[in-house]
Amino acid sequence: MQQIFNFLIRNKNNILFLLLLALSLFLTIQSHSFHKSKFISSANFITGGIYKKANSIQSYFHLEDYNARLLEENNELRNRLSNVPDTLFRETFIDSTVYEGIYEFRTATVINNNYSKVDNYITLDKGRKDNILPEYGVVTSQGIVGIIDNVSTNYARVISILNTDSKINVQLKKTNHFGSLVWNGKDPNVVQLIDVPRLAPLKKGDTIITGGKSLIFPKGIPVGNIIDFHLDENGSYYTIDIQLFNDMTNIGHVYVIVNKDKAEIRSLEETDND
Amino acid sequence: MTNTIISNSIRFVVLILLQVLLLNNINFLGYVNPYLYILFLILYPFNSPQSLFLILAFLLGLSLDTFEDSGGIHAAACVFIAYIRPIILRFSFGISYDYQTVKLTNTPYGARISYILIVVILHHFVLFTLEMFSFTHIFLILKKTFFTSIFTILMILISLTLFQPRRK
Repeated sequence: MQQIFNFLIRNKNNILFLLLLALSLFLTIQSHSFHKSKFISSANFITGGIYKKANSIQSYFHLEDYNARLLEENNELRNRLSNVPDTLFRETFIDSTVYEGIYEFRTATVINNNYSKVDNYITLDKGRKDNILPEYGVVTSQGIVGIIDNVSTNYARVISILNTDSKINVQLKKTNHFGSLVWNGKDPNVVQLIDVPRLAPLKKGDTIITGGKSLIFPKGIPVGNIIDFHLDENGSYYTIDIQLFNDMTNIGHVYVIVNKDKAEIRSLEETDND
Repeated sequence: MTNTIISNSIRFVVLILLQVLLLNNINFLGYVNPYLYILFLILYPFNSPQSLFLILAFLLGLSLDTFEDSGGIHAAACVFIAYIRPIILRFSFGISYDYQTVKLTNTPYGARISYILIVVILHHFVLFTLEMFSFTHIFLILKKTFFTSIFTILMILISLTLFQPRRK
């Protein structure tokens, strides 16, 4: 017994080192598996609070830019309003007087944004208190931003589309060929679209929109333009480079998308599996 | 003694805040951010108990990880540096550091530079390897390590010169 204690005391630094290293490696590995990184997150009370304080100062420097963006968005919405198509063609739309739409939008502000790493996260200033929960989609007026993965009382953490773990269902606007949106970790304004079949007719400049096959994003939210594409080694699927409409380095205000029917669809899918 | 504790605690907090609020937003050339916070590991008293140093290094890295949502990569890199710092010290300053309380500011210039250089490069290499999490990106890891190290070393040398204690 004495010898064991002596051994432990003599090697206490080595043991402590191995212990702490193992702990940090455990946290690293955990952060690489989707939806498990719960412990170490910027959406907690202290880090969120500090980021919010800092952001309240920084936001003044971007006011002009945000105002311009708001005007642009208002302009587009006004154009759409004044050019509402003939009522004959409106039957395909959801009748908004009877049903409230499935999707509800909530505003939030980005208080921390990373884009220089391989796995990037964004922190928002709204959390569980404002009814924001994991797996809600996050967009701006220009395009998609990411998916919420971790929520505290006042803050939420978003897995940015600039994250190697992120995988979002998107499709071509012209045809309905769909694939997955991923990121190779290089340019923060260029993401990759994989798994698009060879039959899809592609052209540089084509628009990519969200596919609506997941419960997270509604169909038709703009993502970006095709700037380059090539077939993969097997020659059956395309890998497409997409220039994002969003400037991921300067986001500012975002909308969180709430799918109100999600619980119902989930429960339906679960009964189907049994 | 209490003086050292206070100055190190203040340095700990100030360096973390400086890192997450200012330096992480530089993104020079798209991805180069100086990691000035390891100045804490460089300046930490050489003669203090190693186990306390390991724990502090872990806490320093973990705070950075919490702010950056990076899992445990900073913690791992910091603990690694804290563990091998005695070896680096012996390599750079010779045997002398063991016997007397050497202070970084009154060591020979060449030895000081080599000490900072080794600490920064090793730290950044471990950090970026864990960040990429795969050796298939070894070229990208080396590139990031190289450019970020230059930036960090410059920042460290500048801050050391600026905050040099006055000679009497």
